[in-house]
Amino acid sequence: MAQTQVIEAVAPDPALTIRSRRAQNWRRIGRFILYVALVMGILFVTIPYLWMLSASLKQEREIYEPGLNFLPNSLYLQNYIDIVQDYQIIRWLFNSFLIGFIVILSNMTFTVLAGYAFARLRWPARDFLFYVYLGAMMIPIQVRLIPSFIIIKELGWVNTYQGIASLQLVEFFGVFLIRQFMLNMPRELEDAARIDGCGWFRVLWQIIIPNSKPALAALAIFTFTASWNNFLWPLVVINQEHYMTIQVGLASMKGEIIPWGLLMAGTMISAVPLFIVYIILQKLFTQGIVMSGIKG
Amino acid sequence: MQSTSALPKRNAWRTLVALIRDEEARSGYLFVLPSFVFFLIFTLVPVLASFYLAFFRWNPLDPFTAATFIGADNFTELITKPDFIRTMWNTFVFVVVSVGIMICGALGTALALNQGIRAESLLRGLYYSPVVTSLVATAVIWLWIFDPQFGVVNALMELVGLPNDLRWASDPVLAMPTVIITFVWREVGYFTVIYLAGLQGIPSELKEAARIDGANAVTTFRYVVIPLLMPTTLFVLVLGILRATQNSFAVIYIMTGGGPVNATNVMVFYMYQNAFEFFRMGFASAVSLFIFILIFSLSLLQFKLIGARTEYL
Repeated sequence: MAQTQVIEAVAPDPALTIRSRRAQNWRRIGRFILYVALVMGILFVTIPYLWMLSASLKQEREIYEPGLNFLPNSLYLQNYIDIVQDYQIIRWLFNSFLIGFIVILSNMTFTVLAGYAFARLRWPARDFLFYVYLGAMMIPIQVRLIPSFIIIKELGWVNTYQGIASLQLVEFFGVFLIRQFMLNMPRELEDAARIDGCGWFRVLWQIIIPNSKPALAALAIFTFTASWNNFLWPLVVINQEHYMTIQVGLASMKGEIIPWGLLMAGTMISAVPLFIVYIILQKLFTQGIVMSGIKG
Repeated sequence: MQSTSALPKRNAWRTLVALIRDEEARSGYLFVLPSFVFFLIFTLVPVLASFYLAFFRWNPLDPFTAATFIGADNFTELITKPDFIRTMWNTFVFVVVSVGIMICGALGTALALNQGIRAESLLRGLYYSPVVTSLVATAVIWLWIFDPQFGVVNALMELVGLPNDLRWASDPVLAMPTVIITFVWREVGYFTVIYLAGLQGIPSELKEAARIDGANAVTTFRYVVIPLLMPTTLFVLVLGILRATQNSFAVIYIMTGGGPVNATNVMVFYMYQNAFEFFRMGFASAVSLFIFILIFSLSLLQFKLIGARTEYL
């Protein structure tokens, strides 16, 4: 700062002003290129959405017209009405929300309890077990798929909510996330409570949890999006339309030959809920991602 | 703590009693118990069962033949079968190309966003939005975009005088690029955000110092920014490979079904196909072990890198 002020105060040296003007020109050109590139990137990202939206608002004959016609002739909402009437899409959304809710609830309980036990309590074999959990975190779904399916089938849980939710009831990554967060809290936090004779569960409930909100929020978002976007496992354990999640339902619609307008309306409906959550909680999504890892 | 470390080691029974009396240990076990039960039922047992099943021939739809032990036959079939070799090669191509594009795209976008431009957070939000779109929805949208008859891509091609009858997802050569573009569109924002965090972690004094020493923008980038981003790049690389290997499933399931003639069949899809379309459970288990080894070793590598990552928390 000080340097630039000095330069301004001194009488302008002609060579210097030419150089700085040239530098300024270059900077302007650079800025221009930068904005052009960013705008092109934004177009690449957003045009597919707009193209989906536009197709969902078109009549069938409009869609099959040759050439590029980006804007629909009129706001034709019949596709949305048809999709809701002809397919169980509302039911699929409800199923996805319900399963997401079960998964959040279960992880908020069991994952947090485990993370807490690993971070703040001392017990024999703790570190060994933590390594086991770390290993579990690295196991891909594919190797669990067939036996888990057999287990679910034996339990009679095919085409049930508990069957779909079962594989995500505890996210080992979540245990890791919670533990790392709770490790960083000072010991003194719970010492006073312990001296007063508080049990460990009360320490968790009254002291640790109120101080872990960022980690809990990250866990909630991670588990919900993972559950909402999950595809392979629900695809395997559901074959009745009534129990499909929105992802499986959407995929099943694509399987039949249906008009693009209808399918795009369905895709819109499937994408909007998580989008709304994202817009409201944008910060949490992009902050959580840096600490998150394998899935999503 | 004190009580557990002072346990009398010689007597197992007394150790157990002391453990039960030790409130801290008791609570610890109690809190871990539910997730441990889950671990046993839905992780440990399935993994072991997959190793076991991989040595059997078993079709659950065929009630007349039970599972038969066939030794390593599934594995010999795997490594001699052109299908599987093709699948491995496709996985390799899909992963290398998509991760390569994603790293370049994400780094470029992150650098551009980090120049103190206007509306940075809005743009970042937009770039990240495909990540919030499910892979299934992404695949459906891009299938429409690449539709041979009515899709926008062919319409654009016609507009600039290129052939407008390309079949994209159902063309043996173009199918792979089609699924890669789709996948990259969805994933690149994820890595952009990671790179942005990496860039913002570079102390500005370092860049300042380089400038004072006479470095211009290019040399600063080359000799200051790139080396300091090395850990981020390594992290992005491993994470990218992990995601590309696993998340390719939905895109390929929707867009190509592994076809045409296996042109886009990747390992995760091949495994699903054998298990739930051909009902070759034993063979599919053998495939899943390959995926397991690949993902597990990559995750171990990633875990070495994540140590530094959690600092951002």
